Amino acid sequence: MIDASQNRSGIRGDSVRDGATVARTRRDFLRSAAGVALGSTLRRASWARATASSAKRKVVVVTFGGGARDQETFALEGQENIPHMMRELIPQATFFTQVVNRGILGHYVATASLATGVYETINNFASLPPQSPTVFEYFRKDLKRPSSDAWVVAPSNGFNRIGESSHRSYGPGLGARVILPKHLLTAATSGRRDDYQHLLRDNYEAPFYAPELAGSEFELQQLEMILKLSVNDFKAHAQTLSSPDELSVYIAHRLMQQVAPSLLWITMHDIDIAHAGAYSLYVDGIRRTDRLCSDLWKAIESEPEYAGKTTLFILPDFGRDSDDDAGGNGFQHHRTGDALSRTTWMLVAGPGIRQGVALDRPTESTDLVPTLGAMLGFSPSLAQGKPIEELL
Amino acid sequence: MLPRDLKPEQFAVYPLEARKLVTDYLGTLKKLPLSFVPGLLRELIDYDFKFPAEQTAHERELAKVGSLSNDQRKEWFHEFEEINVSAQLEAFDWVKFPAQFVEQLSAHLWSTHQLDAFRTASNDYAERLRVAVPPQPPPFPRLGITVIGKGVASYDDPLFRKLRPHGAYFTRVNPENGLRLLLDAAAARAQKHPAPYGHWYIDGGEEADHAAELTTVSYRALEPARAALLGRIQTELARPGMGPEALRTVLAQLRPWDLGVGAKNHGTAGDEVLERFDIKLLTEGSGTQIFSTIFAQWAAREALRRAQPLTLLVRFAPRQRQRPMNELITAVAPGPELDPVGSLVDADMGAYYNWLNQQRLPGAEQSSFLVWFEGHNRALVIGPSMPRGTESTSAADLGQLLAWAA
Repeated sequence: MIDASQNRSGIRGDSVRDGATVARTRRDFLRSAAGVALGSTLRRASWARATASSAKRKVVVVTFGGGARDQETFALEGQENIPHMMRELIPQATFFTQVVNRGILGHYVATASLATGVYETINNFASLPPQSPTVFEYFRKDLKRPSSDAWVVAPSNGFNRIGESSHRSYGPGLGARVILPKHLLTAATSGRRDDYQHLLRDNYEAPFYAPELAGSEFELQQLEMILKLSVNDFKAHAQTLSSPDELSVYIAHRLMQQVAPSLLWITMHDIDIAHAGAYSLYVDGIRRTDRLCSDLWKAIESEPEYAGKTTLFILPDFGRDSDDDAGGNGFQHHRTGDALSRTTWMLVAGPGIRQGVALDRPTESTDLVPTLGAMLGFSPSLAQGKPIEELL
Repeated sequence: MLPRDLKPEQFAVYPLEARKLVTDYLGTLKKLPLSFVPGLLRELIDYDFKFPAEQTAHERELAKVGSLSNDQRKEWFHEFEEINVSAQLEAFDWVKFPAQFVEQLSAHLWSTHQLDAFRTASNDYAERLRVAVPPQPPPFPRLGITVIGKGVASYDDPLFRKLRPHGAYFTRVNPENGLRLLLDAAAARAQKHPAPYGHWYIDGGEEADHAAELTTVSYRALEPARAALLGRIQTELARPGMGPEALRTVLAQLRPWDLGVGAKNHGTAGDEVLERFDIKLLTEGSGTQIFSTIFAQWAAREALRRAQPLTLLVRFAPRQRQRPMNELITAVAPGPELDPVGSLVDADMGAYYNWLNQQRLPGAEQSSFLVWFEGHNRALVIGPSMPRGTESTSAADLGQLLAWAA
C-alpha cells in the first residue's frame, strides 16, 4: 500500500520511466543475452493446431507474490540471478515484456485479480474470497469438470480463499481445491515445528500478521488419500527442503503425479522477503524461484499426463519500486505505484507457443483469464481483459 | 468536514509551535482541497519535533502557498481538486488524526483507481514548489561515508558495482585504524561547522567512541525499545479483530516514553526530536525491528530526507540470520546467530542507497561520498574531482581518500 503523502518528502526522483520504456529495455536485455527475436503482434501461435483436444489440454500457471526488478533479473547485471530463465525457459517461450497491473498492488488482491480477470478491490489482508468468479469456477462450470481437475497451491495462509469467489452465480462448490503446504506441514508436525521453521516463513507483506484460516483448505487426512503420501514421508521430505516455495513445488509435483489436474495454479512467495529489507535474502529468493520454475517445467515435460499437452504461464503479480522514485525505498516495497512497480512480464511456453519471441505490446494482468478461457474452451463472461491473440 | 470549515479551536490538541504555525495560515488552508490538506497537517502536527531543515521547508512552503493568487492556487491544486474523496473520509476527524486519514485515503485511492492521478498531482505539486521555492544549498559541501562488511574475514566477490560508474575504485587502501580515522574526520567537520543535527553517525551495531558533536543513532542503543515494541506487537496481535492496518495505526501512535526511550539513550538532556526520530525508525520502518542492516539503511535514508545532514557516517553491522517471522518477533534473542556475508551484500546495496539519497539533496554536484569495506583494502570515492568509472591501485589511507574526495 502506498503512503499517499510520500511525494511531500521534498526529495525528488531522478526520472520516471513509463511502462513502454520498461518493456523496451526488458526486450533489449533479452535480445542481447537470450537471443530472442522481436515478435510481430499480428502473427498468432499455432496452439490450437499443436495440442490435443481441449479435453486433454492442461495449463499450469505460476505466479510470484513479490515481483523482481529488471536490475536483479533481466538486466545485464541481474542475469546471473536467473540462469534457468535465460538459458532454458526464455528460448523456448513467448515472452511478454509489458504486462501492466492497473489494480491494487497487494499480493493477495493482485493474485485474486489475476485469477478473476477483474481488478479486485477486496481487503488485501483479510481472509476473503474474490468478488468476481475465478478462472477455476468458469473452467469447472462451463466444462463440467470435477473439483479434482482444478487446484491451487499457495504458500500463505491468506490465500486459502483464492479458489472460489463470493459471486452468487458461481462460488461454493465450483471452485478449485486449495492446498496451503505450510498449513499442511504445521498440521503434519502437530505443532512441533522446530525442524521445519525454515519452511514456515510468513507473509512478508504484513510480516507481523497472518489471517486466521477459513474456508475449505486441504485436510491433512487427504495427504494420504489424494497425494498418496504418508505423514512421515511428507515430514521426511520436507526436511530436505530449504524454503516455503520449495515445499509448494514439491506438493505441486506430487499433485501432477497423483491427480494430474488440467488447471494447476501455483503461487510462490519467497522473493517477497524483500519487504524485510535484506537485499541478499531478496536475491536469494530470485535465484531460488528461477530454479523452481525450471524444475516445474522439467516436471511438466517428464510427466506423461502433462508432456506435450501443457502450456506453462509464469508471471509475477506486479513489480517492485524503482531506485529512481524517492517516495519508495528501492527494491524493498511496491508502494509507489510507479511504472516499474506496475509493469511486469509474462512467459508462456508449451506446444504451439512460438519460441524465443519477445512481444512489446502492452497487455494487462486481467488478460490472463480470457486467454485461458480461449485456450481451454470456457467463457469468462465477467472478466475485464481480452484474450492475448498471439497465444491462440 | 471540508477544509473551508476549519476553525482555530480545532487545533487545540496540536503542540504549541505547530498550533501557532497552522493557525497563522488557517486562511490559506481553508482554500485548499481535502485530498491535500490532511497530508500537510500530518507533517505540521509534528512541527515542534522536526529537524531545523524540515521546519524551514514547511515554513517556506506555507509562505509560498499563502502567497498564491486565486488563479495560481487553482493551477497548483486543480489536480488535487479532481480527486474524489468519499463521504466516509470527509466525515473522519482528519484535523486531529491526519496520519490515520492519510492511511485511509491511500486505501481509498487504490480501490477507486485514483492512485495514478494522485501520484501525478503530488509530483506536479512538488515540482511547482521546487521551482518556486528552490531548496537551499548547504553552507559547505556534504560528505557521506558508509562503512560495510564488519565481521567479514574475506570476501572475493565484486563490491560497489552500482557505485563504480560514479567514482574511483581503490584496491590498495591501508585499513589500519580506518574507522577511527573516519569518525575523527566526521567529528572535525562537526567542530569546524557546527550545526544542529548537521553531522550524524549511524551504527547498525554498537556505536564506537565518537565525538559528542555527532548526532548518533545505533541499533544496539535501541535494543530495549525494539524489545518493548515487539512485545507490544505481540500483545496487539492477540486482540480480537486486529489486522495489519489497525496494527500500523497503533504503532504510529506510539511515543518514545511508550517504549522506554529517554534521554539516557543518547546521552543528551531530553532530546525529544531525536527520540521521536528513533521511534519512528522502528514503528514506521519495515524490517528495522529485526534486521540491523535495513535499520542502518532506513535510518540513513530518513536522516538524509529529514535532517539533510552535512556529514553522515553510516556503519553497517552483521544482522541476525533469517528465521520465521513469528520467531523473529518473539523476542530480542540474546546473541542470535549472525549472517556476516549476507549482511555485507545488504550493506553494499545500502551504500548505493545512501549515495542515491544524498544526491537527492541540494548541492549534490559538490557532494562527496566514500564507501569502505571495513578492515580491508577496498574502497570507492565519489566527488566532484574524482574521475568516474576508474580504478586505482595506488596505495592510500582513508584520510588521503577523504582529502581527494573533497
